[in-house]
Amino acid sequence: MVSIKRGLPRLAAAAVLAALLGAPAHAQTSGKTIKFVPQSDLRVLDPIWTTAYITRNYGYMVYDTLFALDEHLHPQPQMVGSYKVSDDKLTYTFTLRDHLKFTDGMPVRSADCIASLERWMKRDALGQAMALAVGEMKAADDRTFSIVLKKPFPLLLDAIGKLSSNVPFIMPERIAKTDANTQITDPTGSGPFKFLKDEWVPGSKAVFVKNPDYVPRKEPPSWAAGGKVVKVDRVEWDVIPDSATAAAALNAGEVDWWEQFPPDLVPMLKRNKDVVVANTDPIGSVGVARFNQLLPPFNNVKMRQALLYIVDQTDVMTAVAGDPSNWKACYSFYACGTPLASEAGAAPLMGERDPAKAKALIKEAGYKGERIVLMTATDQPSINAQANVIADEMRAVGLNVDLQAMDWGTLVNRRASKAPLDKGGWNMFFTWFGGADMLNPSLNFPLNTNGDKGWFGWASDDKIVALRGQWMEASDFATQKKIATEIQEEAFTSVPYIPTGQFVMPTAFRKNLTGVVPAPVVFLWNVSKE
Amino acid sequence: MFGYLVRRLLATIPVMGVVALFVFSLLYIAPGDPAAVIAGDFATPEQIAAIHKRLGLDEPFLVRFGHWLWAVLHGDLGISIFTNLPVTQLIGQRLEPTLALTLTTLVVTIVFAVPLGVIAAWKAGTWIDRVVMIVAVAGFSLPAFVLAYLLILAFSIKLDLLPVQGYVSFHDGFLPFIEHLILPSITLGLVYGALIARFTRASMLEVLSQDYIRTAQAKGLANDQVLLRHALKNAAVPIATVIGIGVALLISGVIVTETVFAIPGIGRLTVDAILRRDYPIIQGVVLLFSAAYVLVNLLVDVSYTLLDPRVRY
Amino acid sequence: MAAISADIVVRAPRRRWLRETVRRHPTVVAGSLILLAMLAMAIFAPYLGTVDPIAVAPVKRLRFPSELYWFGTDAYGRDVYSRTLYGARVSLQVGLGVALFATVFGLAIGLVTGFVRLADALLMRVMDGLMSVPPVLLAIALMALTKASLGNVIIAITISEVPRVARLVRGVVLSLREQPFVEAAMAAGTPLLRTLWRHILPNTIAPVLVQATYICASAMITEAVLSFIGAGTPPQIPSWGNIMAEGRLYFEIRPYLIIFPGVFLSATVLAVNLVGDGLRDALDPRLARRM
Repeated sequence: MVSIKRGLPRLAAAAVLAALLGAPAHAQTSGKTIKFVPQSDLRVLDPIWTTAYITRNYGYMVYDTLFALDEHLHPQPQMVGSYKVSDDKLTYTFTLRDHLKFTDGMPVRSADCIASLERWMKRDALGQAMALAVGEMKAADDRTFSIVLKKPFPLLLDAIGKLSSNVPFIMPERIAKTDANTQITDPTGSGPFKFLKDEWVPGSKAVFVKNPDYVPRKEPPSWAAGGKVVKVDRVEWDVIPDSATAAAALNAGEVDWWEQFPPDLVPMLKRNKDVVVANTDPIGSVGVARFNQLLPPFNNVKMRQALLYIVDQTDVMTAVAGDPSNWKACYSFYACGTPLASEAGAAPLMGERDPAKAKALIKEAGYKGERIVLMTATDQPSINAQANVIADEMRAVGLNVDLQAMDWGTLVNRRASKAPLDKGGWNMFFTWFGGADMLNPSLNFPLNTNGDKGWFGWASDDKIVALRGQWMEASDFATQKKIATEIQEEAFTSVPYIPTGQFVMPTAFRKNLTGVVPAPVVFLWNVSKE
Repeated sequence: MFGYLVRRLLATIPVMGVVALFVFSLLYIAPGDPAAVIAGDFATPEQIAAIHKRLGLDEPFLVRFGHWLWAVLHGDLGISIFTNLPVTQLIGQRLEPTLALTLTTLVVTIVFAVPLGVIAAWKAGTWIDRVVMIVAVAGFSLPAFVLAYLLILAFSIKLDLLPVQGYVSFHDGFLPFIEHLILPSITLGLVYGALIARFTRASMLEVLSQDYIRTAQAKGLANDQVLLRHALKNAAVPIATVIGIGVALLISGVIVTETVFAIPGIGRLTVDAILRRDYPIIQGVVLLFSAAYVLVNLLVDVSYTLLDPRVRY
Repeated sequence: MAAISADIVVRAPRRRWLRETVRRHPTVVAGSLILLAMLAMAIFAPYLGTVDPIAVAPVKRLRFPSELYWFGTDAYGRDVYSRTLYGARVSLQVGLGVALFATVFGLAIGLVTGFVRLADALLMRVMDGLMSVPPVLLAIALMALTKASLGNVIIAITISEVPRVARLVRGVVLSLREQPFVEAAMAAGTPLLRTLWRHILPNTIAPVLVQATYICASAMITEAVLSFIGAGTPPQIPSWGNIMAEGRLYFEIRPYLIIFPGVFLSATVLAVNLVGDGLRDALDPRLARRM
């Protein structure tokens, strides 16, 4: 029997121990936190300097834009309150909304907008095209400024409301004055969230809190346009490098939202009643098989055309995305499901595969069994799947394929090389682009066939370059469509790359999250957590 | 003793020097350059060249090495190419989880593995010995990530006893801290523990075959006395040696464990840096590991003086 | 007492030694048999009911094991049974290749540094430096420098294992150098090479051989880890490691992708370790300390 005298201290000790052990598990945040698993980890904080999607997504958290694309592909004013276009279409005057503030307390002024646009125009391809048309940008006062053009540029609003990389985010003038080739590190912005840089652990965690000074628009959200109302207090980006672990974590409720994941896991996640699997991306992503046109054999157009007859989008997409509900064939150089997509000129890529025709073209091209180097990235499933299937298809028609595996970092290094094969050169690599980057000739990077100075692969086709220039000056949709179709027909002849299909990477979140905005980019506003 | 320590520390300088040179040259001769990775998907060759220049990647080898070494000696490990944060800060952020993981694993494995090895040695040749040895060997016959998945499947998903992933700092609560470290420690510990168990067995066997053991037994000393007082003390030195050498293996295992369990530690930092060619981080971390290795070995050697009175420096 | 009888090593003619070993170490026998089975499987893979392990067939992806696909198919529709059997070739090549090269180079370096002062000062510092970098990390870093290929994986893992062998050999050489018979040989004017060959080398073989088996086992696991990180053998060529690495994403829905190669890998690694243990116990229990 334990006397009370002895028991009391023991009880006290037990109580203290219990208090220690039972202490709250995490630094308690008052209010709601969303734990979000992003598609990769955030390393670079400058969305003008890099086109990486993860940095773009970060940009949407902490910055705002003058215009933004809505679900009908129309640029809508976002930071801009009202605007006027002169009759000759050469002067655009913008007035900013009231109460726009940066997170350092300073108001957003015209000078900030102009400096930001200038920096963006130096890096972004569409921005560079716009820069050729711009005469000057001047501020009338702190809230009004105008862009005066030298020649008409019908895409101006689309350009400053560009949806995907690089997005013309508005930064404080002092930061925007940084040289465009140098990364900025200061996350001050005027967006719906504030980035807590002190809590940032690169490769592991990025923390955002609601920006109390942000004034959302009144309209409902529509893609990047409309009201960006933040309905939680805090968002944590938790990087989980291993997909199996991320799936388990979502199932266990340790995280709330997994941005994107391989579609094969959909059935497993669907089994969990507390998890919602959704395809919130209305367009999806487009697979790209890119040639190196500086080296044989793909410097010969017949070899490139030959591949059109053997690449089977069904096989490729099945390997990439599995179940047919996650992908569709897309025989266009523009994302299917968008206004400019069509099947013009796509006959070689469609229908029954024709290895005989391919072999004939290969023979005509004079191919003598030389080694063809294909590069794949083993840490990128969507890329790896394309490479494996297409390598197999190429071997089946007698091509001598050397499929080299490496990680994405190495691939990005190597694809910059114009050297011959024996010095580390390459013939083909595979990648994918978000549909938002494939909407039209001005956004579609690999379609810009300006040869040596262009994107890796250095595809060269003067006709497309000329047409592209015309497209950017087209002022009505009918003309745009006509020129875009011509570009595509020419592209199926000179084959700067082969579109390998369109697939969707689903997103999954716990069922206590509501209000996810359907869009090609994952946005964290409008989402609430019970 | 003090003189010995000083001499040992001085002797580490050439070793560290070799490591520094080795690491630096390895990356220098690496094909490709980080500029292309940094420049991003839509970069033009001019942009890549500009970045090249800015990072000073064009300067001659000795100049770059000199700059770097000078900075290191001042405690400046450089700036990460990608994140623009100081390497010392990045390492500092990640040190705690790795230390917590390795220390917990060390404690757990020594607590379990040493006795197992002792038992196996004591009962050498019998079925107990064989079973223990097979279990020990089985421990490192499986790649760590497979073991990790199995453990997660069993304990986190099916039984819902432990968290799947993540790391909680000691400051945020002792219980969650331990909870999050149990599965990773087991994963890591099985490999390391197997090694310790086998070596303990081997050196105990060696010791047990000595004459003085037979004398002690003939004298009528109880078995556990023989074991503890005579055998274990003598076997302690090689066991300590193996613990020291094993730390390198431990760190190897940390990489996989941290990746699977999403623990934000040094292992993952290094692998990410290697795959991205973030040279300053790679250089900083390798230097750190060498220093740690040298330190651990020094500690082990010093521990000899405690474990074996014959050892004097 | 079991502990005492352990140090009675019968230095009898080879046959009796073999039978003694077999009787006293059933685990070694089991290990050797498993190893032989794996070797046979690797060599005779084409005749064991396999199909082309590289042939891709996306339509047939992720099928569960059935009569058609004994171990099921992977994410590209490749037959896992065939890949597992052919995977034995690659994994065994990695294991045996690394063991061989690490041993040869480690022996060479250890012998030289044991005898030549200058070489010792230089080379051992380099070895120390290499050893201070965790082996897997070193292998990953080396793989990151080159393209993925079987040869490069073997080289990378070998480089990370050589220092330990060199250390071991050097230790043996240093202690042997003090032995009277070596001193006598050197006093008699025997050339260094001859001394090394006739006196030193035979005595290093035993511990090195044992170490080699451990290296073989560890190399196979390291290859799996490299594939896991993404810096391993080219994934279209199957190895147990990279079949598991590729299949780990589907762990919860298609566990067979990990189970089959996993069992084979573990069994082989276990077998090699058991053989190594047995070798060590049989050759000389005192060897255990030299590791």
